[in-house]
Amino acid sequence: MTDLIAISGVRHAYRTKAGPLPVLDGLELSVPEGRFCAVVGPSGCGKSTLTRLIAGLMKPDQGEVRLEGRRVTSPRRTVGMAFQNPVLLEWRSILDNVILPLEIVAPRMPRAERVARAEELLDMVGLAGFEGKRPSELSGGMRQRASLCRALVHRPSVLIMDEPFGALDNFTREDLWQTMRDLRARERFTCVLITHDLRESVFLGDQVVVLSGRPARTQYVLDVDLPEDRTIDILYDRRAGDMLHLLRDQIRIAQGRDDPPAHTGSDLLPGSAAQGLTTPGAARDAGGPGGAPDGPARKTAPDGATRGAAR
Amino acid sequence: MIRKVAVPVAALALFVALWELLVWANGWPDYVMASPSDLPQSYARFWGLFLTGAWQTLWRTVAGLALAVLFGLLLGMIMGFSRTARDGLYPLLVGFNAIPKATLVPVLALLFIGQHDFNTVMMAFLISFFPIAVSVGIGLSTLEPEYRDILRSLGASRFTIFRKIALPKTLPEFFGALKVAVTLAFIGTNLVEIVSPHGRGLGALFLSGQTNSNYPLMFAVLIALAVLGIALYYAVVALEKVFAGWAERPQG
Ligand SMILES: Nc1ncnc2c1ncn2[C@@H]1O[C@H](COP(=O)(O)OP(=O)(O)O)[C@@H](O)[C@H]1O
Ligand SMILES: [Mg+2]
Repeated sequence: MTDLIAISGVRHAYRTKAGPLPVLDGLELSVPEGRFCAVVGPSGCGKSTLTRLIAGLMKPDQGEVRLEGRRVTSPRRTVGMAFQNPVLLEWRSILDNVILPLEIVAPRMPRAERVARAEELLDMVGLAGFEGKRPSELSGGMRQRASLCRALVHRPSVLIMDEPFGALDNFTREDLWQTMRDLRARERFTCVLITHDLRESVFLGDQVVVLSGRPARTQYVLDVDLPEDRTIDILYDRRAGDMLHLLRDQIRIAQGRDDPPAHTGSDLLPGSAAQGLTTPGAARDAGGPGGAPDGPARKTAPDGATRGAAR
Repeated sequence: MIRKVAVPVAALALFVALWELLVWANGWPDYVMASPSDLPQSYARFWGLFLTGAWQTLWRTVAGLALAVLFGLLLGMIMGFSRTARDGLYPLLVGFNAIPKATLVPVLALLFIGQHDFNTVMMAFLISFFPIAVSVGIGLSTLEPEYRDILRSLGASRFTIFRKIALPKTLPEFFGALKVAVTLAFIGTNLVEIVSPHGRGLGALFLSGQTNSNYPLMFAVLIALAVLGIALYYAVVALEKVFAGWAERPQG
């Protein structure tokens, strides 16, 4: 299977009044076709910047972003995007909001066909019957569902989501995770999900990428070795618990906290979960002082991180 | 619905009654202050002049406002999309807006001698484009980037993004400004009509009332202006309901 998304050696800095602000430095990411990649990292580390690079809304200063084997230089119609703010257009009905991308991507598609496609999706996310409503008449969770439908209506090969469930309450959020899982089972797309919720990343992700603090590099990659048809209960399973602990430790490292982690990786990672660990970032760190950029992780990287690489 | 009509009508009746009472109680003759009961005669006598005057005032106001909308939208778009343009144009605009427009009457009259219609439309335009330009500029420049990105990430052109998202999204601000602009344009038209010798429109009718010491006629013109102003304002409100009605939140 080829990597649908391949990012290598990406560096990027914003030009600000106070001089260049390096945001990404040494970002590596590869997502095989059809896989779900969850990205976590400290706030302000450059996650949204990463989504904009993948979507072709910006070009990196250095390195390359490839989508479907081709280098990304400008936006592509095979991408769908969803944000924390559902950004529905208040002057359009829910149905017409969902149809919007088709007006750009398939201007000659007959209206009936567009409507049929939109209704199919709205039905899948449980919004059947709400087609004619205005966005302001819907709850936050329902708006986010509509936003997901809009992101998927033109059958993109990549869905990019930037903290889409971040503003929702816990139970609504868990409902949406399940909706997301069901959508994936029905539609084929590769997914990049930015989140600050570790449970979300483990529930939805096939892999979880931990970014370091700014400037972000790929600090850690966790392969989530759980069955495809997950239920919320799986988060209370020991394997998921171990992964959550491990991710928590990685986040602590990414934040550059010096206080020692409450758990050491070794007693928390019995066989099964540890098998799936790969960590390119850690591998580079382990390579000694050979030019790897200084990240906060180097000082405090615990056994857990390097051990995964050694396997 | 009944309340919506009954309340303003009652307020109007009360206002007219108080006016009549005030004039009657003070025993003012009609060359000091006309009373509402003097007005019907004026309307009856000069009805033809009122109709032509109102028409002239109306079309010149609307023409000036239409120019203001076109120019204001254009300027607003330029300021909304380019920071440099915004920084450069803003002080100019504010300065221009600060000039008392009465001073422009002689300037315009000298620039375009004898072009009374043109001068009037120009004044209505000059006085009213500012709020439109500013509100459209601010509306566009404060558009959240995500709104742009949902279409930009599909490779949509700037124009498509403007047409499908930025423009409709700024319509509520635009109509807010248009309500201010329509009143300003109306004032601009009347200003020129009243100040110019040989003017036309309701303003000229007012002037002739003044030169002939026909005070009831002057008051009748003022009332006619108020009615026309209200009609123009509510025409904009009706347009707003059609094009930006979605922005109205149901009141709970
Ligand atoms: N357009 C921009 N210009 C300058 N700085 C920016 C811009 N966008 C984001 N930044 C800065 O870059 C850093 C990373 O931003 P972002 O990618 O949004 O982080 P995250 O999504 O991980 O919170 C932040 O410190 C932010 O303030
Ligand atoms: Mg962000």
